[in-house]
Amino acid sequence: MKFIELTKLRGAATTPSMIHGKPETAAVHANVRSGRRSVCVVLMGMLAVAPLGACVNVSAPDKPIVIELNINIRQDVIYKLAADAADTIEQNKDVF
Amino acid sequence: MVQFRTRNGLAALIGTVAVLGAAGTALAEDRDPAYATARAAGQVGEQRDGYLGVVPGAPATVSAMVKDLNNRRRAIYTEKAAGKSTIEEYAFTTACRLILQTAPGEKYQGLDGSWKTRGAGAPERDPKCP
Repeated sequence: MKFIELTKLRGAATTPSMIHGKPETAAVHANVRSGRRSVCVVLMGMLAVAPLGACVNVSAPDKPIVIELNINIRQDVIYKLAADAADTIEQNKDVF
Repeated sequence: MVQFRTRNGLAALIGTVAVLGAAGTALAEDRDPAYATARAAGQVGEQRDGYLGVVPGAPATVSAMVKDLNNRRRAIYTEKAAGKSTIEEYAFTTACRLILQTAPGEKYQGLDGSWKTRGAGAPERDPKCP
């Protein structure tokens, strides 16, 4: 009963997911021949992917990402405002 | 004045105190005691952008106070910057001064963004500061 159900749903164990899959596929896992086929498929898959590893190489930056907050600050304006800002602090001591 | 004469001396005294109190509010007030305490305790710090920041570990009441003070600061920056600069520029210039004015033991935001405790020497400030 179980064998029929599995055959019907999944066919032979040809994919890795059936080996490392859910516990209900344990019966299929016991089939030695299908297991070998699956291992073969996995190895072929790894061989196919291996060359790509050399092409696509993504690594995380080693330095923290710093967001520049002062993009809109103009140096000449800052110097002109210096005295004004000092007065503002003096006039609003409770807030500063 | 006529009213003060007709009433007893106590009423006149109360009137005088009220007038003195009103005169006091016209001048620049000092910091609220809760704000002064939080500053001294290192629970709040001066940021590089002209606003106060809450140092991690500070109680929730401090966060509410900082939010209110920052709103008032923003209103002042907006008013003062009008016709002169952007709000950010005015706030930045004020921050340069505020960080310089921090007392030893108070917190300020360093160039790397972390909280620094003001020592006896000069604070770490943005090279753009005047």
